[in-house]
Amino acid sequence: MAGSTLEIKDLHVEIEGQEILKGVNLTINGGEFHAVMGPNGTGKSTLASAIMGHPKYEVTQGEVLLDGENVLEMEVDERAQAGLFLAMQYPSEISGVTNSDFLRSAINSRREEGDEISLMKFIKEMDAKMDTLEIDKNMAQRYLNEGFSGGEKKRNEILQLMTIQPDIAILDEIDSGLDIDALKVVAKGINEMRDDAFGCLIITHYQRLLDYITPDKVHVMMQGRVVKSGGPELAKRLEEEGYDWIKEELGIEDETIGSK
Amino acid sequence: MAVEVSLPYDKQYVTEYSNKHSEPEWMKELRLSALEKSETLPMAKPDKTNIEKWNFTDFNHDVEGEVIDSLDNLPSEIQDFLDQENQTENLLIQRNHTAAFTQLNKELEDKGVIFTDIHTALRDHADLVKEYYMTEGVAVDEHRLTALHAALMNSGVFVYVPKGVQIEQPLQVIFWQEDDRASLINHVLVVAEENSSVTYVENYISHNTEAQTSANIVTEVIAKDNAKVSFGAVDNFAHGTTVYSNRRGIAGRDARIEWALGQMNEGNTVSENITHLVGDNSEGDTKTVVVGRGDQKQNFTTNIRHFGKESDGYILQHGVMKDKSSAIFNGVGKIDHGATKSNAVQESRVLMLSKDARGDANPILLIDEDDVTAGHAASVGRVDPVQLYYMMSRGIPKKEAERLIIHGFLAPVVNQLPVEAVKNQLTQVIERKVY
Ligand SMILES: Nc1ncnc2c1ncn2[C@@H]1O[C@H](COP(=O)(O)OP(=O)(O)O)[C@@H](O)[C@H]1O
Ligand SMILES: [Mg+2]
Repeated sequence: MAGSTLEIKDLHVEIEGQEILKGVNLTINGGEFHAVMGPNGTGKSTLASAIMGHPKYEVTQGEVLLDGENVLEMEVDERAQAGLFLAMQYPSEISGVTNSDFLRSAINSRREEGDEISLMKFIKEMDAKMDTLEIDKNMAQRYLNEGFSGGEKKRNEILQLMTIQPDIAILDEIDSGLDIDALKVVAKGINEMRDDAFGCLIITHYQRLLDYITPDKVHVMMQGRVVKSGGPELAKRLEEEGYDWIKEELGIEDETIGSK
Repeated sequence: MAVEVSLPYDKQYVTEYSNKHSEPEWMKELRLSALEKSETLPMAKPDKTNIEKWNFTDFNHDVEGEVIDSLDNLPSEIQDFLDQENQTENLLIQRNHTAAFTQLNKELEDKGVIFTDIHTALRDHADLVKEYYMTEGVAVDEHRLTALHAALMNSGVFVYVPKGVQIEQPLQVIFWQEDDRASLINHVLVVAEENSSVTYVENYISHNTEAQTSANIVTEVIAKDNAKVSFGAVDNFAHGTTVYSNRRGIAGRDARIEWALGQMNEGNTVSENITHLVGDNSEGDTKTVVVGRGDQKQNFTTNIRHFGKESDGYILQHGVMKDKSSAIFNGVGKIDHGATKSNAVQESRVLMLSKDARGDANPILLIDEDDVTAGHAASVGRVDPVQLYYMMSRGIPKKEAERLIIHGFLAPVVNQLPVEAVKNQLTQVIERKVY
């Protein structure tokens, strides 16, 4: 099986009445790793949030299709069950709900009633993945993200990714706040996911993560649009030269939203 | 202004009712004088909830229930409150206003333990009941509802634990309002003599989602010197029953009263739970769990009052409000002058799950003594849509996400409940209420 396809077509998104995304087009196929890069405030998280169905973001135009199905008509949990996953830039903290109960509930939501994963099997799988990510075992019994350090939150997002095994994942700034050792560990987890069936959109504003995870395609976002796409060499050039040359090439003065 | 109490019950009715149950003369007099008072006394005034228009007078007063020959014949909604694996032998089931099933361990009976319905107690143990019935605990004339209760009391139980008797197995009572319009004007009287101990667990159950009635409950727990009473309850009245529930404890020297209350009613509810720590070194511990849903309005006052020196009072209450429900949590720790070295601690936490839910936590410390310790914590929070979004983004449906949050929020109280049976029942009832 070649996996799923996520198509983003002419996507326009508003937040509190302000248009942030102004027509984004992207297609991610199973087996492909895409990187979306761009300075802060150019709409990267907005893209990720709108695809997943964040309550604050309103899609005003365009479509998002997963294997031809209209994602935008689905509830958030249905999007996830259809195969989407978003590792969030700022994961929520949920008091009273342990990491472990949360994760088990997430797995069981994809299974039929009566076919829930056994506790033993679940613990075994979770333990193995926690080892890969070098996560302290007591994190399983801590409340979901509550009091986690920035790095712990990021690892926890990847733990969820690896346990849930979605078809298409979007990773929003999964590298921010990680030291180099943690970055390598997280990259290892993500690379373990790589196969023909798995598609991934990696959002970052540093090229650093891409030293460890080689993307097939690289896109640059500015002013709420994808302004340039290329191969891994584009990321390299951005690392060496920054974003100014793109702005110059395209005649952009201010790359953030709300400017022309 | 105040609604007229146009009670369909007059002196003649009350006299005949008392005669029908062959009550002692003092009881008949108590009823008649209470009836008179109910006409003039003001309505109860729970802080921050207006109950003037609530129904406390429109109901069926005297409804019999069929005798229960075998527990196996009970409907499953009632069976759910029995412990299938470890059911206590000491069980009383009240069906409407009839004691339909009563069972007490023979050894306990031989030791002088009394566990019987209130009508029987008034006939067979009249002097004992007289000594404690609305004398030390709740007074007839506190307000109109206590007077109405005293005038029209139509069911309940009497528990008496003689000196030095330790009861291991809990005493369980199920108050089953089977008739949609029956009103449980229920009186629970628990007397634990010196150096005794008992665990008492009760359930109120009804299924009148539409039909309107009301319950007027007075509970008095008297723990004599060095007695220990663990009182557990899971209240489960349906939406149609408006509830007034007054649970009062009186603790003597070195005595301890624990309340583990699962307040799971579906209708409008006023609950006051007051513990008087009268004796030196006495202890009161109240843990309350509430789940409100639909359009119900509730008011919970938990009050521990310290008179004795070195008395300890702990209040812990957690409430979850769903839908359009609202609830006020008043927590009061009051230390009287002279109650030196006393300690009053309380914690109230309220979580609202929807934008239309309302919750309010009011911690109050009233201290007339310098040499004491006291502390309180209160919080009112709302589940943020972004938190639900986060959980749902992993495939978890909204209801399941809420279920996880509710259990998580209530667990710190549920897990600490001193009565195992209540913990289990409560977990089940919460499970039903979260969907
Ligand atoms: N919660 C919000 N309220 C109002 N404006 C917002 C909010 N979140 C983002 N924005 C606006 O959208 C722009 C794009 O934000 P975002 O998508 O988070 O950018 P990026 O992820 O590329 O840094 C921001 O510059 C900001 O102006
Ligand atoms: Mg961002």
